[in-house]
Amino acid sequence: MSAVGNSVARKDGIGKATGAARYADDITFPGMLHGRTIRSTIPCGRIRSVRLDFDTTGFTVVDHRDVPARNAVDLIAQDQPFLVEQEIRHMAEPILLLAHENRERLYAVPVEVEYDEGEPLFDPEKSQQVFKTIDIVKGDTSSALADAELVVEGTYRTGHQEHVYIEPNGVIAVPEDGGIAIYGSVQCPFYVIKALRCLLGDAHPNVRVIQTETGGGFGGKEEYPSMIAGHAVMLALKSGRPVKIIYDRAEDMVATTKRHPAIVRHRTGVTRAGRIVAMDVDVLMDGGAYVTLSPTVLSRGCIHAAGPYRCDNVHIHGRTVFTNTPPNGAFRGFGAPQTEFAVEVHIDRIAEALGMDAVELRRRNALRPGDTTATGQTLRDDCSALMVLEEAVRRTDFDRKREEYKGSNRSVGLSLFYHGAGFTGAGERNLKSKARLELTAGGVRIAVGSTEIGQGTRTMHAQIVTDALGIPYEDVEVAQPDTSRVADSGPTVASRTCMVVGKILEECAHEMRDRLGGLSPAEYHSRHGPLTVERMYEPPDWIEWDDALYRGDAYATYGWGCDVAEVELDPDTFEVRPIRLTAVQEFGRPIHPALARGQIEGGTAQGLGYALLERVVMHNGAMANGQLTNYTIPTTLDTPEIDVVMMENPYPGGPFGAKGLGELPMDGPAPAVVNALRQLGFDVREIPATPELLSAGSRLG
Amino acid sequence: MRTAISELDLRSASSLTEALAILRDEARTPIAGATDVYVALNFGTLKPKRFLDIWALDELRSISLSGDTLVIGSLTTYTSLIQSPIVGERLPMLVEASRLVGGVQIQNRGTIGGNVANASPAGDALPVLAAADAVIVVRSDAGERRVPITQFYTGYRATVMTPDELIVAVEIAPVEGKQWFRKVGTRAAQAISKVVVAGVRAPMPRIAFGSIAPTVVRVPETERALGDGATIDDAEGVLAREIAPIDDIRSTAEYRRRVSMNLLRRFWAETG
Repeated sequence: MSAVGNSVARKDGIGKATGAARYADDITFPGMLHGRTIRSTIPCGRIRSVRLDFDTTGFTVVDHRDVPARNAVDLIAQDQPFLVEQEIRHMAEPILLLAHENRERLYAVPVEVEYDEGEPLFDPEKSQQVFKTIDIVKGDTSSALADAELVVEGTYRTGHQEHVYIEPNGVIAVPEDGGIAIYGSVQCPFYVIKALRCLLGDAHPNVRVIQTETGGGFGGKEEYPSMIAGHAVMLALKSGRPVKIIYDRAEDMVATTKRHPAIVRHRTGVTRAGRIVAMDVDVLMDGGAYVTLSPTVLSRGCIHAAGPYRCDNVHIHGRTVFTNTPPNGAFRGFGAPQTEFAVEVHIDRIAEALGMDAVELRRRNALRPGDTTATGQTLRDDCSALMVLEEAVRRTDFDRKREEYKGSNRSVGLSLFYHGAGFTGAGERNLKSKARLELTAGGVRIAVGSTEIGQGTRTMHAQIVTDALGIPYEDVEVAQPDTSRVADSGPTVASRTCMVVGKILEECAHEMRDRLGGLSPAEYHSRHGPLTVERMYEPPDWIEWDDALYRGDAYATYGWGCDVAEVELDPDTFEVRPIRLTAVQEFGRPIHPALARGQIEGGTAQGLGYALLERVVMHNGAMANGQLTNYTIPTTLDTPEIDVVMMENPYPGGPFGAKGLGELPMDGPAPAVVNALRQLGFDVREIPATPELLSAGSRLG
Repeated sequence: MRTAISELDLRSASSLTEALAILRDEARTPIAGATDVYVALNFGTLKPKRFLDIWALDELRSISLSGDTLVIGSLTTYTSLIQSPIVGERLPMLVEASRLVGGVQIQNRGTIGGNVANASPAGDALPVLAAADAVIVVRSDAGERRVPITQFYTGYRATVMTPDELIVAVEIAPVEGKQWFRKVGTRAAQAISKVVVAGVRAPMPRIAFGSIAPTVVRVPETERALGDGATIDDAEGVLAREIAPIDDIRSTAEYRRRVSMNLLRRFWAETG
């Protein structure tokens, strides 16, 4: 029986089920101190003074003057300090670090910070400080709009979203012989290495990062762990002792990243027959107080902003701007959930303006193989927009239900979406990701930096190697990511861990199979000793991308999805209960059907929370409801039955035909729900569509 | 950041007499299920440092009839209320409310006395007790007194209790008329109420709301209007003038007002 395509036992299953798996806060080291972060309590201003009104014996105190080399978190820009020197740009910004062996004593001591307060800027539409601008231009949009038989306009807004990984952020920095080790709950161990090299400079060459068992990430542990690791390292270097920093839920929610709020404006020209002839899209994303990853989030958001539709004249203008709020960051979907929400709600409004069925409008305009996207990419045979649309409509009996529910408190709504897999444009070529296979006495070991964060990396990689090498699944082990011992396979982001890293591993396995020359790993090992195979990723040679013009093959392939949400409204309370969600998704081929289903169910539930429940309340630039009691994610009772349909349309460049899956399910639920609400008479243009919003909003005639 | 545990001082009592003696001599906050205490402790907002654990006082756990009056011991958990045939028969709206408090773990630990003592405007059992004209029985070393729940709260999280008193029981005389309950939370389960309402459809209806005022409230003018035969449209208008909800991080004043009016109408329709 092949491993690929079957739901084999998870490599991390027993450890997690028995409680043997050790997370960052489970780990202690002799002489370990606990670290605490003193944070700003204003959103904008300058520090006048910092006073430690206590006996500091036994405490390690670190401020910006203790930075060994550069006080900058090395991401796209180097504008964000590890510790504020003078200027405060957002609430909960790190100012000072304390460490002490007793956690209670550590948190009991008072630190007084005096400020000269500035005038904060919270409205992204008023911000003059632009982090990044993107223009995607295809054809002549303004003439096409002028000539269009009908132009439909609309503005759509999406809010912050908090990741709510089950394990908050945490790391431990441990001085060791000739260097320092960082253990932590991280998605991207090599990002932490990069950030620490910048912080520490050449004086500390021996830094390694070890990923501990990680309780979820969703993008929230992509860039922020670099900040926490830097803090722990500075405390450890100054004290000479291991230092653990674990955020509690409140600190994690108020201080770390969230999904970028967005405002998306559409002007779309159509013919009376329902052909889209011009799309003018303006995307504004609130980046928060520092650049962090905002330019790349904007990039993915803009590339997906025209939706999965063919159109000869497209202009997408995007910008991400500064505000005095904590920096927004990576979150499953990475800008696309915002823009795909906008375009999919807009499509239903266009259909309404045309007096046309919204499914029919999508059918006429959906991308087909041979069509070109907004960036001018010609789609290949692995484009499945029509296939998922037709299957979702058929399976849900969509047309009949839409008629049948008219005039009742029930309705159905649909969304069609896609998601590019892997890094954008030349990103994968520039990354030069590597993977390594090592022969062991009884099999092989996978040695990559890709992290298991609950999504099944270890299992899925082991399945690919199992079948590519032709050995039992049990003989494949997966090394814990330790940057001193594994290949840098790139970050665990962007739906690339299966499609890209899995592909390198498949090639490693093929090479190893050839080198084994018909011997089993055990036979080879006993006769010839160790053998290591390492290979680098080669993106498809046809990919062409112009980063200056934003033209070309944005992604090697795309996953495609169509969600149908069936909802019921309580007319007294404006509560919307999802009754059933049908998620038809095509992502090449599922390597592990149960894990793939889990990704779709989880992403769909997260998308439903984004649509209806998850509202970050900001007061004076800080999250005011940073508690799980008041920032409400869906419980099982808020999550309907999810009918998962996995369709296959292999991508030749992926392992066993697989594309990326992790983010795709996040893109569809919100527009499907809001399109269902439209059928109930609610003209919703923003999410979350809370009962408060619905009760206050205007009703359609 | 979490409240420092080592600074907390906990005593426990094994009988009511002992508990009242301790409360006579020392200022201590009684705790039973501790479900609200832990929330504050986790957020570092827990003000009291000295506690008296009364969880072991089984004598406060009974559900019984005294004559015609239902007497619920203050340590009765939500789970016990849900399972009690006598509560189900006489006060079904309390069973409904209990089912919607937290999750099963909270229902196993949370007590009706704790819900009353915690004095949260969002306490889910409180509108039921208010609509049922419950009487809170409090006892100290010096004696016992009975306070109607409508006179029990003096303001936001404030009650008439003195520090030496303990809630020992809740008494409910027979409730004539159909009972009705509805909680509107921030999601389908494990939610804090945005509006919570209990109603009794008697010749003079009794209606109580939570989460729309600093304390649980009855709406006497609305009750009187309905009792005097006003139309539901008119009664809605009276209610709109009678309540003054506020905006907070969970909801808005406008939503609370509108939903309160809608639920009044629903109560009236479903119990008519």
